[in-house]
Amino acid sequence: MKELRDPAVLRRLLDEIGAKAGLLRRTPRLMEVCGTHTMTLFKHGLTPMLAEAGVEMVSGPGCPVCITPNAVHEAAIAAVTRTEGLTLAAFGDMTRVPTRKGSLQAAVPAAGSRLRIVYSPEEALDEARREPGRQVVFFGAGFETTIPGIAYTAKRAAAEGLRNFSILPALWLIPPALRAILDAGEIAVDGFIYPGHVSAVIGAAPYEFVARDYGIPGAIAGFEPGDMLLGVRSVLDQALAGRAEVALEYGRAIGREGNAVARALMDEVFEPFDAVWRGLGKIPGSGLRFRAEYAGLDAGRRWGMAAETAEMADASDLAGCRCGEVLRGVIRPAGCPLFSKRCRPDSPLGPCMVSFEGACLIHFKYGPVRRARS
Amino acid sequence: MTKISLELGSGGRLMRDFLAAKIVPAFRDPLLGELADATHLPGGIALTTDSYVVDPLFFPGGDIGTLAVNGTVNDLVVAGAEPRFLSLALILEEGLEAEVLDRVIGSIRTAAKRARVRIVTGDTKVVRRGQGDKVFINTAGIGRTVARPRLERVRRGDKLILTGTLGDHSLAVMLARGDFGLRSSVRSDCAPLVFLLPLWRAGARWMRDVTRGGLATVLSELVERLPYPVLIEEDAVPLSRPVRAASELLGIDPLYMACEGKAVIVAPAAKAAGILARVRRHPLGRRAAVIGEVQDRVGRPGELLLRTAAGGLRLLEPLTSELLPRIC
Repeated sequence: MKELRDPAVLRRLLDEIGAKAGLLRRTPRLMEVCGTHTMTLFKHGLTPMLAEAGVEMVSGPGCPVCITPNAVHEAAIAAVTRTEGLTLAAFGDMTRVPTRKGSLQAAVPAAGSRLRIVYSPEEALDEARREPGRQVVFFGAGFETTIPGIAYTAKRAAAEGLRNFSILPALWLIPPALRAILDAGEIAVDGFIYPGHVSAVIGAAPYEFVARDYGIPGAIAGFEPGDMLLGVRSVLDQALAGRAEVALEYGRAIGREGNAVARALMDEVFEPFDAVWRGLGKIPGSGLRFRAEYAGLDAGRRWGMAAETAEMADASDLAGCRCGEVLRGVIRPAGCPLFSKRCRPDSPLGPCMVSFEGACLIHFKYGPVRRARS
Repeated sequence: MTKISLELGSGGRLMRDFLAAKIVPAFRDPLLGELADATHLPGGIALTTDSYVVDPLFFPGGDIGTLAVNGTVNDLVVAGAEPRFLSLALILEEGLEAEVLDRVIGSIRTAAKRARVRIVTGDTKVVRRGQGDKVFINTAGIGRTVARPRLERVRRGDKLILTGTLGDHSLAVMLARGDFGLRSSVRSDCAPLVFLLPLWRAGARWMRDVTRGGLATVLSELVERLPYPVLIEEDAVPLSRPVRAASELLGIDPLYMACEGKAVIVAPAAKAAGILARVRRHPLGRRAAVIGEVQDRVGRPGELLLRTAAGGLRLLEPLTSELLPRIC
């Protein structure tokens, strides 16, 4: 683990990457799909080092807070402002997303209602157990990484017969979104760095179509600086050899087959549907909703939060916000005229400036350092 | 309909904007306009005040009483004043156990003795149950001016010295709250920084205690007022073992975690080694280190930069959102 942060090791990897990139006909452009990867790249100052080595990195859609459309955020706001005696439990980032109805954090809860920031769905379930007279709604947002935990919580609630617990699902699947980005053809991607945490659940197989159908190499990578450079090196190796595959560069933590138990859990509680993503629109089979057996736990149904109805079609950003294009990798955060001017971390106009995995926030916080003019 | 959010109190940019937009223009006093930790008044005395709210009241290494003394004492020290007298105002919630109050008062007495300050005036109010949270404390402090920190004397090449490890207070309070369900031996670093006072005579140009918002926020405020960028070396920043482990496990950045007994000192390059040696001689300063310098090779004026352990270079922004629990 320590090796993966050792400057000498990283330097050597960067030199190798530089040499390989130099052999390619043009500057390779790699998409890091996951927001946590974007964070690693920027937090450790790797993006400029990679640029110097001749590799361009672009951020992908891997930020659940960001791609959850406004209608869903607004449904959560409606729940806590219109229903009395209700706890809306959410991850911290979800509470600050600006919508046409303001943000969850700034919303004034109805009498006896409150917003609670939690670190896990289990905390929300605990509150429902402790306070049977109070309705507890968990705003469950996430990718394949967090979905098994949410599914497990749902199963527990059902098994215990808790009538005061429900979940507002905002659950998204990564592979269909990659297909949507590739099919849109707005951006030429020479390789993908696939998210290690998501892959720990789904394994390597769901990305195979990228290599097979589109001929684009990729590698599953972990979250230490060295992990990411190993991923980049692997993608360049494939490109140089004229190969495209899904390489596993996170073997120290996960296997190619992923976690079958976690997948079974997801599959038992949820089913895929054609969900609307902010910036990407409706993508076939890209979201999860409760199966009929678990419909009683669906906060959308129980509280009339129409999470998957016509309202969802309106996934639009606030006026001027270009989060959508940032999420598709079409523009960089600095390409948005609002970036770092009207839209800043303390006055965000879009979710990409809110979430810790949001490309705009990460670019704002960490990035680019200019050499002094001498 | 704008409402006050928790974020305003987190010590980040939002609070500074609030002070600049609402407080400073409301009173238009040149002494207030400096927004220093403590204000030097005519006659060689300095004045500061601070209010203390913390959940839980007691945590490993301290409690709200030790915070209320040391926080105010440290604000005087880093402003160049020797702490002498404190006021003590208590706001108590109806129903508070008398025994809890006794413990807090005992801590205040011990902390005042340790910091060599006298508690000479005070006030007590009780609010209805639910209108406060157990105990809130305000202390004001008066000190004798020993130096006037002057930012305009900061030069290229000046060194930044951190007096010890970062984040121990934040982590101790978070774990005492039961967040994350983790256990650790970490203790708050809550302590008086009076041992730093002689450093003013030894050539220190500027000091700040590293509290809310952490080192990144404190230094962001410094660079905003400097004509040079400041570069911090991530590798050089001392961390205790529990904080290092928690930062890797939980993804909390120690550069944004609060301390209650650490300061950062700007010293001329020629005197930095001597000052560092003096800090290290004190038990509270054993892990002090030079962590960066005022420079002009990379970045632009007003930028705070971090050379990461990986060897990359990036910006270091002040804390902008409060996702951590209330800690000081």
